[in-house]
Amino acid sequence: MSEHNGAIKKMMIILSKGTLENVYAAFVLANGARMEGIDAEIFFTFFGLEAVHKKKLEHLHVATVGNPAMHMPTMLGGLPGMEALASSMMKKEMEKVDMPDVHEFLDIMTASGVKLWACKLAMDMFHYKKEDLYDGVDDIITVGDFYNHSQGEGVHMLFV
Amino acid sequence: MEKTIAGKTITVNEEGYLTDFSQWDEKVGEALAAEANIPLSARHWEILKYLQNEQKNQVALSIRRIGKSGVTDIKEFYQLFPNAPLKTATKIAGIPKPASCI
Repeated sequence: MSEHNGAIKKMMIILSKGTLENVYAAFVLANGARMEGIDAEIFFTFFGLEAVHKKKLEHLHVATVGNPAMHMPTMLGGLPGMEALASSMMKKEMEKVDMPDVHEFLDIMTASGVKLWACKLAMDMFHYKKEDLYDGVDDIITVGDFYNHSQGEGVHMLFV
Repeated sequence: MEKTIAGKTITVNEEGYLTDFSQWDEKVGEALAAEANIPLSARHWEILKYLQNEQKNQVALSIRRIGKSGVTDIKEFYQLFPNAPLKTATKIAGIPKPASCI
């Protein structure tokens, strides 16, 4: 705290979920950090990898089941097509507030200098290869590598 | 609050943004840029003029919009105005800080 008055220098964001609302939360936080002159890196692990998987990133959904804030009965949320419907409604609202889609958001972040890391263990588990991933992903790294990137003063870590 | 810069008295808010654009001129812009350690090139000026024009047309500024401006791209914007480019560039341009999250 004393050496730099508690200034945030870098945000290390771990994205472990592939639901639209979580992916956007991580992206807005990372991009928002860069806009403030704060460095940002995202570590995509487990279902978070879907946000950088070329074939999946444009088909992410919001969770309609187990999400009380959707104000939708759980039984209803589980009906076929419900997730797609809720997701398309949310995407329309996002466009209204000038939110980019997932692919454009990734482009914005890489142009802004956000580092994108894919988790090696999760890559192996899902049998994904580097070429399956969005081209802007910097590398596939281990959790140890991620901790090494996280060293230094004013670095904060966030799990989504 | 009042501040003297480039031999001129300007009114700024607590974050250092001009509160009255009519007090802005290129000398003020240059002095504000010097405070941010940014020597202004022709490219910088093109972007500053674009930002001022967008502000005049009451367009809400965001990084996404900069990327689609046709004047610059996001990568160059970050190179020209390192460290919080939108905040820094709008301050130099004498326009309000954008209340944008994207």
